[in-house]
Amino acid sequence: MSETKDIITMAHGSGGQASHELMSRVFGKYFHNEILDALEDAAVLDMEAGKLAYSTDSFVVTPLFFKGGNIGKLCIAGTVNDLLMMGAEPKYLTCGFIIEEGFPIEDLDRIAATMAEEAAKAGVLIAAGDTKVVDGQGGLYINTSGIGIIPEGRAARAANMKTGDKIILSGNLGDHQACIYSARMGIENEIRSDCGVLKDITDALYGAGITPHTMRDVTRGGLGTILNELCKAAGCGMRIEESQIPVDEKVAGLAGILGLDPLYMANEGKMIAVVAEEDADKALEAMRQTEHGKHAMVIGTVTEDANVQLVTGLGGVRVLDVLYGEGLPRIC
Amino acid sequence: MNEQLARIVSYLKDYDGPEIRLMEVCGTHTAAIFKGAIRSLISPKIHLISGPGCPVCVTPAAFIDKCVEYAHMDGHVLYSFGDMLKVPGTAGSLSDHKGQGAHVEVVYSPFEVLEKAAAQPEVTHVVAAVGFETTAPIYGLMIREMQEKDIHNVRLVTAIKTILPALTWICDSQPEIDGFICPGHVCVIIGSDPFLPLAEKYKKPFVVAGFEPEHLLVTIYDLVCQIEAGEHNVGNHYKNAVHAAGNRKALDVLEEYYEPGAAVWRGLGSIPDSGLYISEKYQEYDGGSFGLDQDIELPPACRCADVITGRINPADCPMFASGSCTPTSPYGPCMVSAEGACGIWYRNR
Repeated sequence: MSETKDIITMAHGSGGQASHELMSRVFGKYFHNEILDALEDAAVLDMEAGKLAYSTDSFVVTPLFFKGGNIGKLCIAGTVNDLLMMGAEPKYLTCGFIIEEGFPIEDLDRIAATMAEEAAKAGVLIAAGDTKVVDGQGGLYINTSGIGIIPEGRAARAANMKTGDKIILSGNLGDHQACIYSARMGIENEIRSDCGVLKDITDALYGAGITPHTMRDVTRGGLGTILNELCKAAGCGMRIEESQIPVDEKVAGLAGILGLDPLYMANEGKMIAVVAEEDADKALEAMRQTEHGKHAMVIGTVTEDANVQLVTGLGGVRVLDVLYGEGLPRIC
Repeated sequence: MNEQLARIVSYLKDYDGPEIRLMEVCGTHTAAIFKGAIRSLISPKIHLISGPGCPVCVTPAAFIDKCVEYAHMDGHVLYSFGDMLKVPGTAGSLSDHKGQGAHVEVVYSPFEVLEKAAAQPEVTHVVAAVGFETTAPIYGLMIREMQEKDIHNVRLVTAIKTILPALTWICDSQPEIDGFICPGHVCVIIGSDPFLPLAEKYKKPFVVAGFEPEHLLVTIYDLVCQIEAGEHNVGNHYKNAVHAAGNRKALDVLEEYYEPGAAVWRGLGSIPDSGLYISEKYQEYDGGSFGLDQDIELPPACRCADVITGRINPADCPMFASGSCTPTSPYGPCMVSAEGACGIWYRNR
């Protein structure tokens, strides 16, 4: 068998026989349900009336495979989490692949397998997909979009935040970015990406009878950026206790050497839940029983101020702004 | 916090004596002071002022121009640290030229370049080697490794400066500075002893600080107490990393591979013996670093020179205050670099 059988070629994107072969060899193996198997031009969904949450995201991470996951896990978890943060029950995803010629089919197989696994964990069906092949050097980009249903009374929005509400962070900051940077820079360590679907946390909160006012996953730009975005949208402020913010020792160490700040580092499996003050203890306890929320901490309070203030471990107070620039490691 | 630290914080918060001006000369200290919210813990009569602590900010445009020139040459690649990319030269930044097809690549460590040089022997690999004493030994070690591995297709364009001549200049021109927070990472290399002659001559205290809020508070306390008592000693509150005599191995590397020479500091002008240049013996590795003195006129209303010399704080610059100069659209170099005072102040305003 020639080597070319094992890599993606332009033929795979042509819509012809090679495309069908790829579909059955890889995608058909892992993505099959009533909707996809109908092989129509579009998915027809039978959904309850009501509010829908609808989101999209594109995934361009390198390296594609890293400790704790791969681009496949990321692309499912990322969009599912965006829907969960709106209070929605994620139902359907689409996925579009843009593959550069030369990409190993074996890697595509691994990625598709991971996507199927993660989709099953999240209880979502992949209802539509597309593949394109372009010139290049064997890279891969994936776009996913998702729909979820928002049950009555469960819509989470920034504007729902009230003065006095408590802010709960689900766990350690910076793991994903630390993992990716370590891989890119060839730094050997045990740091793993935290990427994953956060449904166990949202289910636990609802199960405990708590409907968070607001939820947001802490992705690019980090906690500092997300908190500012929420405050800007809601017209409120926050007071955050630095000593309550959990950071894994290994991540803190790497960040210290590279001059990065965990408050601004990207995560792919962390969220904040803003809940009424009287619900905070119960919410924290519920989150800590879950896999993704076991290091959850109450980190602060919603205020009437115009900004996000950080109280340091020594009692100093400073304003926390959004991330500017790219957060590159410093020179000296 | 522990009792001793609580007493120190209380003392600094309640300080009500004459106004005290303390200068720090390290971009990482500027950032650490904000990160630790130090100003919120001390009396408003204790002023913390940023000095020339950003190697990128004090580098004249001629250095960038030289790097740009290499980046456009056939058979050459120019390697730089990330935040150098956006610093303006006479005709644009490295980032601008990269966008036009010049061969510019970002590296995290200069040693990455040696791997590339071995892999591409037909290309000349040029490194934009900027820094203070902290990074200078690394370039020296690069030269050592190149000799050992018989690599001859790497050049260093250097803009390496030493901090003591700049501090002497500051002491001469800014007598209102009462004491100095010495740069932590530079002192890991040079130690605290080199500050003894300065302390003696100018009768001001010089104290080394680490980067945690506790280090900074203890250092500020030490300086304030000394100033109140009319003392001028050299202190060290970063003892787990800084020895009085410095790091002998690193100092030996500096001595072997470099010679001092005059260097131009934006805002301060040319200062004799304030630059380190690759010594004659290793000249084959130099990319034409000497004499890169020409600078662009800073844009009108840019007060970078005054910020670098500690005459004003970034917030006092009208471009900063009006929002005309921001990290996303910088007017001057102090806003561009991650170690520049304006960029750090803006992110913490």
